[in-house]
Amino acid sequence: MEKSKHNPNKDFYGKNLSGIEILIRSLIEENVEVVFGCPGNAVLGIFDALLDIAGNIKVIFTRHEAGAILSASGYARASGKPGVVIVSSGPSASNLVTGIADANADSIPLVVFTAQVPTKLIGNEAFQEVDIVGITRPITKHNFLVTKISELSNTIKSAFYIATTGRPGPVLIDLPKDVMLEKFTFEYPETVNLRGYNPVHSAHTGQIKRAAEIINKSSKPVIIAGGGVTLSNASGELRELARKINSPVATTLMGQGVYPEDDPLSLGMLGTHGTLYANIAVSESDCILIIGSRLSEKTAGEADKFAPNAKKIHIDIDPASISKNIKVDVPIVGDVKDALKKLIPLVKNLNTEEWLRQIKIWKEKYQLKYEQGEKIHVQYVIEKLRELTGGNAIIVTDVGQFQMWTAQFFKFLYPRTHITSGGLGTMGFSIPASIGVAMSIKDRPVISLNGNRGFQKNLQELATVVLYNLPIKIIIFNDGHIDITRQWQELHWKKSFDELLIDKACPDFMKIAEAYKIHFFQAESTLDVEPVLKKALALRDKPVMIEFKTIYEENVYPYIPLGATVRDIIEH
Amino acid sequence: MKHTISILVENKFGVLARISGLFSAKGYNIESISVGPTEDPTISRMTIVTNGDDDQIEQIIKQLNKLVDILKVVDLTNEPFVERELALIKVKVNPHTRSDVIEISDIFRAKVVDIGPTTLTVEVTGKSDKITAMIKMLAPYGIVELARTGVIALKREFKGEVYDPKEIKLLQKKAKQNPDTERKKTES
Repeated sequence: MEKSKHNPNKDFYGKNLSGIEILIRSLIEENVEVVFGCPGNAVLGIFDALLDIAGNIKVIFTRHEAGAILSASGYARASGKPGVVIVSSGPSASNLVTGIADANADSIPLVVFTAQVPTKLIGNEAFQEVDIVGITRPITKHNFLVTKISELSNTIKSAFYIATTGRPGPVLIDLPKDVMLEKFTFEYPETVNLRGYNPVHSAHTGQIKRAAEIINKSSKPVIIAGGGVTLSNASGELRELARKINSPVATTLMGQGVYPEDDPLSLGMLGTHGTLYANIAVSESDCILIIGSRLSEKTAGEADKFAPNAKKIHIDIDPASISKNIKVDVPIVGDVKDALKKLIPLVKNLNTEEWLRQIKIWKEKYQLKYEQGEKIHVQYVIEKLRELTGGNAIIVTDVGQFQMWTAQFFKFLYPRTHITSGGLGTMGFSIPASIGVAMSIKDRPVISLNGNRGFQKNLQELATVVLYNLPIKIIIFNDGHIDITRQWQELHWKKSFDELLIDKACPDFMKIAEAYKIHFFQAESTLDVEPVLKKALALRDKPVMIEFKTIYEENVYPYIPLGATVRDIIEH
Repeated sequence: MKHTISILVENKFGVLARISGLFSAKGYNIESISVGPTEDPTISRMTIVTNGDDDQIEQIIKQLNKLVDILKVVDLTNEPFVERELALIKVKVNPHTRSDVIEISDIFRAKVVDIGPTTLTVEVTGKSDKITAMIKMLAPYGIVELARTGVIALKREFKGEVYDPKEIKLLQKKAKQNPDTERKKTES
């Protein structure tokens, strides 16, 4: 990260500081702007000092640690900067687990500080003690237990470096209470000393040449762009490449927005709930260029039947993501932006007219559609949202059917405008994540899309929304059911478990809004959707909750069942 | 297929847990693991013997390489390497069988390291299959207790070794390659 010219910390170099103060000075060194956290016994000292010393660092106190970590994740996803979390020991720390796993699955940079009982009590079943380093070992990129104050500033420097470089991810630092109270000479290291961690940044030119040769021979190319393009801020290079080789571009869920979906070359989203034409194009292609995606089973489907006729080129910064699910012909390890910059001059201006004509036919034949009626269809709301915002909004989706409909119908134009839990599929993601997004994005509306069940998974964070007066537009699609679970239930199992799938004690959302003193709108008929959305969006400076009572018993199509291919697609 | 993987790691707490966690999360069994410091006290060498097909092992090695505390991972399986294991075997003996057990030990170049009225403990080193063979030979007398260290291994150098032509070719090819092969390896 860039350092500001005047470093106020310089005055403290060489001074004897407490662990707490070293932590806060280190956050200032890392140019941290926002910290998300929950006060608790073991971190009170840290927050006290944070508010006292670091005047420029904004502290957002959430109601729940699960909210804090997802807020930080939302902040990181929208801003591209690492999200920082500070919470207490024991239950506070263990409450972070899902959010950490979520960030790990989506390669989101987070630096998480947890308090720990004093070193001499560790392992003694002390009050509010958990082995959070042990618990989070498989779901963090790396984690640390600081046992000596002399290691504190080095550890923090390393944590930020590890979280933000290579394939980004969450890093956790566990801080025993006694270490934080000890004193030590403060110095902030300029560089890190991690001999076991050397992520490859620069893509291998030999491999790039091999890739270019294959691309130049292709007549039916397809580019698959994933979240790595977002993380590497390489959507400009992607556009340049696609337009140079005249290749259609499909994105994964995490890659949405890196290529404008209103562009004729865009195929929209690929995969289980992706567009039929994207899936067909991939299966018919002769050259697939996979950029910054691990090609999960949700994207690629059955591995042996994925793009059977295509030569495959895979660019990813993480060597372990290449040839993990799909065997490829040309692996390229390196930063996506760097690789694309090297690749663009080597590729020819391809003539793919015939291929694009074919794709146009598929696009017309298999265009996304839905029925319209008096009752509200989610797709209609999404299309209206897109129309009213012109795509200039950050859409933060929770998990469910409406998430897939958003992916299909919003037609994202810009990177980092669809914030969603892709890999882990964390319900309860949207409200806390939008808090983080709203801390970073001030010039465009932040819209949180929820189902009736996901909304209830972290609704305590409405208090945080109100407390900091974050102008988030919270939309709830309420059909009284658990949609996507119901869809799977119907298609794959007997219907006899209906009991489980009806949201029987679904609360009155109007009363919830009233309880939190949030402005509330409700619509039950299609005709009311547009006026309600307009009114809600017009309230620019305050949070709004909107409930759409949507039609029940509708499935997301197209749908490729797990383990199947595009030939088995359920179109409607 | 059996793979012997040699790993250089930071000599720090928690590293073993990270590595074993990686194996267990994937559902792979570690057949043996041995750890000890190297000539540099800040670095330890781990030798892991595991089973898996080539794709699985490739993925495991890539995942191991991602761990921050791991400095180097080498799958020794495809190159010549020296492997040794040590075992302590406590065998039941009586005045009639004692000399038989000692004789078997001699054949395996094992050492008697403890003796009691009804038992004899021998120390044997060698490749795993040699140790297994010795255990099989001693089993009829009754094995009271057994401890094996697990395999430790190092890559072989040329000197003093006789290779079959195939191996020589492989090594020549390796020697020709640019020493900067680590990254290429992961890419190809």
